Amino acid sequence: MTVLRYREAVRAAMIEEMERDERVYLVGEEVGHYQGAYKVTEGMLDKFGSRRVIDAPITESGFTGISIGAAMVGLRPIVEYMTWNFSAVAFDQILNNAAKLRQMSGGQLTIPLVLRAPNGSARQVGSQHSHSMEHFYAHIPGLKVLAPAMPADAKGLLKSAIRDDNPVLFMESETLYGVKGEVPDDPDFIVPLGVASIVREGTDVSIIAWSRMVHVALEAAAELEKEGISAEIVDLRSLRPLDEETVVRSVTKTHRAVVAHEGWPYGGVGAEVADRIQRLAFDELDAPVLRATTLDVPMPYNARLEQYVIPQAARIIENVHRVLYKS
Amino acid sequence: MSTATYSTDRPPNVSGASLEPQAAVARHPLDTCADDVIKVLRDDGSLDPAHDPKLAPSEVIALYRAMVRVRQLDERLVALQRQGRIGFHIGSLGEEAAVLGSVSATRPQDWVFPCYREFGAALWRGLPLQRYIDNMFGNANDTVKGRQMPDHYTYREGHFGSVSSPIGTQITQAVGFAWAAKLRRDELATLVYFGDGATSSSDFHSALNFAGVFKVPVVFFCRNNGWAISVPTERQTSSNTFACKGVAYGVPAVRVDGNDLFAVVKVARDAIARAARGEGATLIEAMTYRLSGHSTSDDPKAYRPDAWLDPWRRLDPIERLRRHLERTQGWTEAQDREIEVAVDAEVKACIAVSEKVAPPSLDSMFEDVYAEPPWHLVEQREQLKAGPRPKGHGGR
Repeated sequence: MTVLRYREAVRAAMIEEMERDERVYLVGEEVGHYQGAYKVTEGMLDKFGSRRVIDAPITESGFTGISIGAAMVGLRPIVEYMTWNFSAVAFDQILNNAAKLRQMSGGQLTIPLVLRAPNGSARQVGSQHSHSMEHFYAHIPGLKVLAPAMPADAKGLLKSAIRDDNPVLFMESETLYGVKGEVPDDPDFIVPLGVASIVREGTDVSIIAWSRMVHVALEAAAELEKEGISAEIVDLRSLRPLDEETVVRSVTKTHRAVVAHEGWPYGGVGAEVADRIQRLAFDELDAPVLRATTLDVPMPYNARLEQYVIPQAARIIENVHRVLYKS
Repeated sequence: MSTATYSTDRPPNVSGASLEPQAAVARHPLDTCADDVIKVLRDDGSLDPAHDPKLAPSEVIALYRAMVRVRQLDERLVALQRQGRIGFHIGSLGEEAAVLGSVSATRPQDWVFPCYREFGAALWRGLPLQRYIDNMFGNANDTVKGRQMPDHYTYREGHFGSVSSPIGTQITQAVGFAWAAKLRRDELATLVYFGDGATSSSDFHSALNFAGVFKVPVVFFCRNNGWAISVPTERQTSSNTFACKGVAYGVPAVRVDGNDLFAVVKVARDAIARAARGEGATLIEAMTYRLSGHSTSDDPKAYRPDAWLDPWRRLDPIERLRRHLERTQGWTEAQDREIEVAVDAEVKACIAVSEKVAPPSLDSMFEDVYAEPPWHLVEQREQLKAGPRPKGHGGR
């Protein structure tokens, strides 16, 4: 075990997989000479050279399409977007090509592709740079969507993603890059896709979260403990495939659930989780499933307003109180 | 779809292409983007020696047959769609020389990234006619398992990529494919087709830029057929030509008479050879004309008077090639009749077979969504099979 920051864990996963498999390469804006917009790829150009760490011209649709073509040949591209916000420019390539080419070609084409970038709110970057894009992409059959919260999971899941034969979208977070945690050094350590983890055990309520919101949920749980409320936190880690068993097991124990995520509430992954809970554990529920999400407005720039829009621990606590009928 | 007509009293002249014979052009291949259009086949059926690809007589006949076959298929498939027996067809009426001439320049190891008008290229690269007709019916033998609209097939064995409906996405994919192959030291080039309309897509520009920067072995083949559905070329660009767009990206570009089989073969072979020498990409603008509607879903009468087609009917690529065959090989009407009868029989037989093949199995719907079947799709499949069947499906 080594204590690594989240960004170092992501980098370690890429380096190990690029050493393991020469078909893996990295392409994106600023990933080479600049060492990554958020320094995730620091040192990788020196280590692997410009044939495998490629500074792409600025066109997300372009280098996504190019990587899809390269994946058809049998390379295993890792595409870094500067942020997931800019993947909107490449949405057609992701939706209509990466996700569907295997199906549309009757199984004749395989697209082993990892798309990765920071996702969700950062600090005061306004409405066009604060999207939680997992909600858009988790909707699409043919894609897998991951959003780890912890450095060890970031490493283990990214390694699994790179070894997967499907397009896998990997959601990081600018606000998580500095988070430290123990990370296994073993190059064979991987975390399987579609398996949630219980990051905090509890008995009174299940808080289901992913990515940065797991940390906010931990903060909320510490506050709730002072009130004598024991919260269990389920870190989904993987949004598609979704580990509904772990969610149901937790709710079966606590009988109450709050889903906490960044991004708008309308039709999001949180709604999907709420549906699974009511469908699979209806008789276990003592209260409706509630969601603590970003408010249903484009993100404001003003720092004080932004803090109202982003879900904070207080919003999770408020919803926990409601499912416990304590508000 | 817009049905606006444009206030012009003459046919769109396809981005400056002159219909008049022009002075002999000698600057091909790498001196790019003069406004010249490379021509070989003269009106009288003779060949200009300057850029003659020197095809053997048997090669010319094989290509002529392929072009005639494609045209006959087009006619038959449009009729099938009108009869309600297939849902859709998108063809290449008038563009046969552009499609067959270019694909005939590819080598076995090369890959084709199609637009959607190149079924002639797929057939040339070995797609069995029966499989192509299966795709028209989306039946159990369709190479893409009934998942795509007609004419949206993939034929991996023949190195023929997927046909995608959104415009231009195949252009970047072809660049990525060729570039990755180069990294792997696979000796191949990609030939990517698109229409004049696709030059407005961001993928076109990204692809040319990347191909220029990374010296990618790709041949960009723009079928400038005058129309993007109802939008004529002069509403697509204010550049003098589409070829000149290559100059901005450092990609050599050349214009060719797309209705002249010999000129297309010559330019396409030179572009593939250039790619093979490691010199990178070439942009070819083939001047041709879409004599049909955009697809069976389009009625061009709404935006294009029939008279506008007359000059292009005189430039019909099949007619021009026939004049050459008459002149050089004593081609006769009887030989044409022989091809017609053979193709007709072959097409009819394939249709009769394909029409009777069952739809793909219900199970197949859940295949290929992921590399491995995920549990939730297995569950959906079982639920579907346990439930009521939609009318008209044979079951299984």
